Amino acid sequence: MTDLTVRGRSLDKSAVSRWLQEYGVYAAVAALLAFNIAFTDNFLSATNFRTQLVQAAPICIVALGMALVIGTEGVDLSVGSVMALSAALVPLYLGYGLVPAVLAALVAGLAVGALNGALVAYIGIQPIVATLALLVGGRGLALVIAHGQLVDVHDANLLSLGSGELLGIPVVVVIAAVLAVLVWLLVARTTFGRQLVAIGDNRTASTLAGLPVRRVLVGVYAICGVLAAVAGVLATARLGAGDPANTGQLMELSAITAVVVGGTPLSGGKVRILGTIFGALLMQLLRATLIKNDLPDSTAQMVQAVVIIGAVYVARERATR
Amino acid sequence: MSAPTPTDADTDMTSPDAPDTIEEQPASSPQVRQQLFASLLQRQGAAAALLLVVVISWITLPDFGSTDNLRDIALQSSFLAIIALGMTFVIITGGIDLSVGSVYALGGVLAAYGAQSGFLMGLLLPLVVCGAIGLVNGLLVARLGLPPFIVTLASLLFARGLLLAITNEGATTRKITDSTFLALGRNSFLGLGLPVWFAIGLCLVGGLVLRRTRFGESLFATGGSEGSALLMGLPVMRVKITVYALSGALSGLAGALTAAYLQSGVTVIGVGVELDAIAAVVIGGTLLSGGAGTVLGTAVGVLLRNVIQNVINQIGGLDSNYQSVISGAFLLVVVIVQRLLSQARPGRPR
Repeated sequence: MTDLTVRGRSLDKSAVSRWLQEYGVYAAVAALLAFNIAFTDNFLSATNFRTQLVQAAPICIVALGMALVIGTEGVDLSVGSVMALSAALVPLYLGYGLVPAVLAALVAGLAVGALNGALVAYIGIQPIVATLALLVGGRGLALVIAHGQLVDVHDANLLSLGSGELLGIPVVVVIAAVLAVLVWLLVARTTFGRQLVAIGDNRTASTLAGLPVRRVLVGVYAICGVLAAVAGVLATARLGAGDPANTGQLMELSAITAVVVGGTPLSGGKVRILGTIFGALLMQLLRATLIKNDLPDSTAQMVQAVVIIGAVYVARERATR
Repeated sequence: MSAPTPTDADTDMTSPDAPDTIEEQPASSPQVRQQLFASLLQRQGAAAALLLVVVISWITLPDFGSTDNLRDIALQSSFLAIIALGMTFVIITGGIDLSVGSVYALGGVLAAYGAQSGFLMGLLLPLVVCGAIGLVNGLLVARLGLPPFIVTLASLLFARGLLLAITNEGATTRKITDSTFLALGRNSFLGLGLPVWFAIGLCLVGGLVLRRTRFGESLFATGGSEGSALLMGLPVMRVKITVYALSGALSGLAGALTAAYLQSGVTVIGVGVELDAIAAVVIGGTLLSGGAGTVLGTAVGVLLRNVIQNVINQIGGLDSNYQSVISGAFLLVVVIVQRLLSQARPGRPR
């Protein structure tokens, strides 16, 4: 956005908004937790805690990939459709065993992601358009593969992936945590991570500096696709059925929100993984809080919308040049 | 301002600190002529594809050319055309409106609600409420400089929440009994349904506004280069607020007409409509980077989509889900061709 429309703001205000940008998401999560502990019945029960984490896990996994893409000044609208593709492919290949079925889903995610990346990096199409085409086509393809049907799965291994536990922690949560650590390491400790941030910061300069801009972009979108596919596999496992019509609906919205609320600017050049995880938790907690206090889903959606606008307002990029 | 994205890593050696003057070329430069040519080709491309599909279907499918079928295509297209018209305006200014799908559904529900107290309320309530949602979108985008993409994504959520709130969490489908209001969606004039006439009339007015008025000029200027438009003293902020408000009101109107046609406020429509509208606009040759586009192209894009849908339904045996696969593939081909043909400035990611 051009900054010409943004009026200048006084210093103390910008100090407050900077603090909010940095720590707002953690403060918001803490405040919501405190509120729930005080006012919501049974909030502290172990069962409820697990439910919250399990429900936040898929959003979190998709948001991790989205954070990388947004860090390069892109956006990926196709994540929900990639989840739907997973939901269509896993039941299809489950006959060959769990591993081939999961692999099929991951390869599909990788292919969609790489295609997104190639369109953005090599042809120069805007990310929003390139990934929109796959949002539209991807779910259609998933429905074609599954003949528009919801397919029940009975594979014990897959089901245990969805509802099993590891040392008392749900497997889904463990997977999300492991992936979060890996993505954090990728951003903080690898050349690839530094390159993607540099590209988001200034693509022209990165190109002139000789960074492999196109390869990195394709890699980033591919990672985002694979992570979305993982989330799709887990959603299928938890549901006990492949449901390409509904799996991942509006997931792109939740993921982008989690990333933006977590303090990663849409203009790229900065990736905040911990913020993203807390952003996903915040969206989940917000929803749970509203529903547990007997507010209907409709109110929950409207409040979420207001929170998104508030978060973007706090995180908006101030005039720089 | 983001730096222009290099189109070719080896040849694009424009100095990174140069101001964004690359796009400002004299009107006679080859680039500009190439752009004009490319946009012409894009528009003709969609029209040619439409012609091709229609001719082939007419010859090979027995029922395609029947008056009833053609009427049906026109009617089905009219609702999306009205929504896509607003989207065209928004995209020309360089923005995007993702809320149109849920605003459209909300419009239908509000129309059913309002029609209980007569024709006028049935029409006014959706126009006013949906227009207000659009107005808020515009204010957030123009006044606060928030990204349109996120703002309208939030509105999508808000409008859906509002829809659920007034329909008892989606459980109530209100029937419309007011006969005058029902006529809006079910009566015909000269063999075409009233919604079709609405769509034709609005597209004509919209096209004239774009081509023949100062407001239309300001739209193109805003999308072409907002900075220059501001320096020229154009009311950029007012233009932006207006197009989003218009987009909301038009989506509300489309919802009201749909409700009249279905005789009730259906709560489950409108999912994914924003994507259909954006796809139609892009296929019609409007650039998502803003600054160029035509209403006629958008109308062609909408017709193409619905003709393909109709053909898929006619063939039977073909999974109706192929519709979105074909739409997605077509959209992809169009933007790739657009990109390769035109030397359009690299778009911003939002």
